[in-house]
Amino acid sequence: MLHYIAAKTPIAKPSRRTFLNLSAGAVGGLLIGSVTPMRGVAQSAGAGEALVTPFVHITPDNRVIVLSKHLDKGQGAATGLATLVAEELDAAAEQVEAAFAPSNPDVYKNLLFGVQGTGGSTAMANSFDQYRQAGATARAMIVNAAAETWGITPEEVSVANGVVSGAGNTATLGDLAAQAALQEPPSEVSLKTPDQWVYIGKSFPRVELPEKTRGSVGLFGMDAQPEDCLVAVTARPPRFGATLAGMDATEALAMPGVAQVLEIPQGVTVLADNTWTAMQARDALILDWTEGSGETRGTEEMLTEFRALLDEPGNPSAPRGDTAARLAEAAQVVEAEYVFPFLAHAPMEPLDMTVLYDAESATFWGGSQIQTLDHGTAAAVLGLEMGQIAINTAWGGGSFGRRATFDAHLAAETATIAKAWLETGNAARPIKLVYSREDDIRGGYYRPMALHRVRAGLDADGNISGWEHRIVSQSIFAGTAFESFVFHEGVDHSTVEGTSDTTYAIPDMHVDVHHPQVGVPPLWWRSVGHTHTAYVMETMMDELAVAAGRDPVEFRLAYLGNDPRLAGVLRLAAEKAGATGPDGTSRGVAVHKSFNSYVAEIADIRMRDDGTVKVEKVTCGVDCGVPINPDNIAAQIEGGLGYGLSAVLREEITLTDGEVDQYNYPDYPPLRITDMPEVEVHIVPSTEPPTGIGEPGTPPIGPAVANAIFAATGERVRVLPFSRHGLA
Amino acid sequence: MIEFTLNGEAKQVEANPDMPLLWVLRDELKMTGTKFGCGVASCGACTVHIDGFATRSCVTFLGDIEGAEVTTIEGIDTPEARAIREAWVELQVPQCGYCQSGQIMSATALLEETPKPTDEDIDFAMDGNICRCASYARIRRAIHRAAEIMEA
Repeated sequence: MLHYIAAKTPIAKPSRRTFLNLSAGAVGGLLIGSVTPMRGVAQSAGAGEALVTPFVHITPDNRVIVLSKHLDKGQGAATGLATLVAEELDAAAEQVEAAFAPSNPDVYKNLLFGVQGTGGSTAMANSFDQYRQAGATARAMIVNAAAETWGITPEEVSVANGVVSGAGNTATLGDLAAQAALQEPPSEVSLKTPDQWVYIGKSFPRVELPEKTRGSVGLFGMDAQPEDCLVAVTARPPRFGATLAGMDATEALAMPGVAQVLEIPQGVTVLADNTWTAMQARDALILDWTEGSGETRGTEEMLTEFRALLDEPGNPSAPRGDTAARLAEAAQVVEAEYVFPFLAHAPMEPLDMTVLYDAESATFWGGSQIQTLDHGTAAAVLGLEMGQIAINTAWGGGSFGRRATFDAHLAAETATIAKAWLETGNAARPIKLVYSREDDIRGGYYRPMALHRVRAGLDADGNISGWEHRIVSQSIFAGTAFESFVFHEGVDHSTVEGTSDTTYAIPDMHVDVHHPQVGVPPLWWRSVGHTHTAYVMETMMDELAVAAGRDPVEFRLAYLGNDPRLAGVLRLAAEKAGATGPDGTSRGVAVHKSFNSYVAEIADIRMRDDGTVKVEKVTCGVDCGVPINPDNIAAQIEGGLGYGLSAVLREEITLTDGEVDQYNYPDYPPLRITDMPEVEVHIVPSTEPPTGIGEPGTPPIGPAVANAIFAATGERVRVLPFSRHGLA
Repeated sequence: MIEFTLNGEAKQVEANPDMPLLWVLRDELKMTGTKFGCGVASCGACTVHIDGFATRSCVTFLGDIEGAEVTTIEGIDTPEARAIREAWVELQVPQCGYCQSGQIMSATALLEETPKPTDEDIDFAMDGNICRCASYARIRRAIHRAAEIMEA
């Protein structure tokens, strides 16, 4: 049975399709289900009976709704999962939709995390078998229903492109949905062999794109418009860790449309009838903050302290060989120090979350990226059981890591405000917490600042003779619930990933790390540690190739004998890029493995007359296992390198006396169309299991462009961003 | 009471004339296709057409649009807009899609003014629209493709 029902809270009206809640039946063990149908959903779904399984619903009006357990914040996960189901179900592409699964880790956990969540470029890797099996299961139930209906054997039934046929009969999937719902799900299903695939590897169109060109209602959390909704904005302390010392809210409270001013642990929240009034009233607050126990240093002072640590041994990460001896006997030693700034994610949709809480239940809407953490945190704040809370995931307007936080601070703050609203004697109303762009840029959760120093030797024949590498950077994972996954013996693996685990055959390598305490909340940022480690590894490999008088591609390949896939993408990109770029351009190469995927990027740049760099073209080689959706892989590589290029050109968060210096896009300037290169993506055909694609395009671009700048100017850029040097 | 034309229909809005059009559209009229990205006319996510010109609604105030013709992503349906949308889907331009209302409004205004834009025309018209997903290479191709569609 498939019912569309209003949520138990009045926020969701059946007439508003975006906030429809779908209560799934017992088939497949779905508990209290609530999904957010996002595309072409009509009321007719409730008119008859549907086939309802945990991952796919087939409605009587012939729609195939795939329930995405992963947040889609632009990376295409929903379409990827829909592709897998459609493949094994033999659905027609046009009938396939995606909706987000309810928060329920028993059914919807990320099989690599153990909780429901999206990140680490794992969506396809952990779902490849699960969602194909889901499609095959639904198909078997449809086939059995057809056989029963037509009085033939299941073997006589075939399904192709959404049409079920057998013994002269034909039916749609929807025609058979009700009958299929009565079938026992098969205990085992067999999956297609790659030669039978009709969608995998063929660029299934993104299921939600037409809606994204129309400004359709209800796609994004920011667009939640439940009746009678209040908008909340919070004034947070100017320094991390500071608290409120005093407040005068008289003027704010006198403004028409302001409902309340609440003091909460996170700061002071203004609740108003609309966003603009809430923001105006927040500006009118007179607030006095303590200096706090958080961070009072500026980035320059931090850097000085970090630099002092470069002279002290750190905690080693997988040391091997005798690095000191090899360096001592090296014919030449190349030494370099690198500085990477704090970075904000700055997704286009600023953070937001909407809640309706009535003391006995709560319903949340927003781009929840780790649903289980948001769910559990909300339950803890509100004093409710998990079963009293529904989390409705919306399409995310970008994330790049920002919507996934260890402390679920957005859900926590939203819940805190809703609770305080009720406890101050108000009737339950929906509340939407909105971040301004300034809140986002100044709010912390940055890619931490990092300092690297490398000493690498070359012997008389131009071969690497010892690699000593020290990193100073705040740990992202220490002190979080995920610490035990990546933090071992004083080393946060997410800080060193891409260095000590390099597949370059460097027998004598010593990487160590310091994790200084910093009072700025850190966070993973698209490709995490690889954001800085790939830059260091790949510019250093370039320096060594130059010092050895060797070709940068040949030099790298000489060290990739044990990693044929990394060598493969480098060869592919080099071959496709040709011997040289257009006249007047200079070339840089980088290759890096991250999230089990392999990406080479070859950048052809031109130095403009004003000394700035224009990246004209990037030629990419990519190996991410089975290319489920080649066009989306290309899109993610294009966007991933664009995101990385944006950071190295101009992005930098700095602090003065503990306060963030930047406010908004004008002083945290993202890449614009004028700086976007032409991108060519070449994908290695593969039958290996699929691996990540959301992040691996980001790491190689910085070093590829930096190496090209060296080729053009003879200058090595080791302090980022490039704008510090007049290059952008 | 401010009167203006919104997507071809007469509108009367009773709100503070200092309220930016962005918030009038989103919060007062519940039309959320026009997006909030920065609030300082830096990102272009809030782009609408006012009397045919691509305009940032986050710095356009209700009191300033008396009598104006406002078109939003929900209402735009010129041949140029249809070609842009067709090209956007054909080339699979959007990723997260949050900026795309603004991108489409800017690109449509460009095509309405310049049916066969050069890369330089595109740079000039689209430089005010940020896409953090960096779908820019496809935006450029899709504008050229839309121009082809218009010509056919």
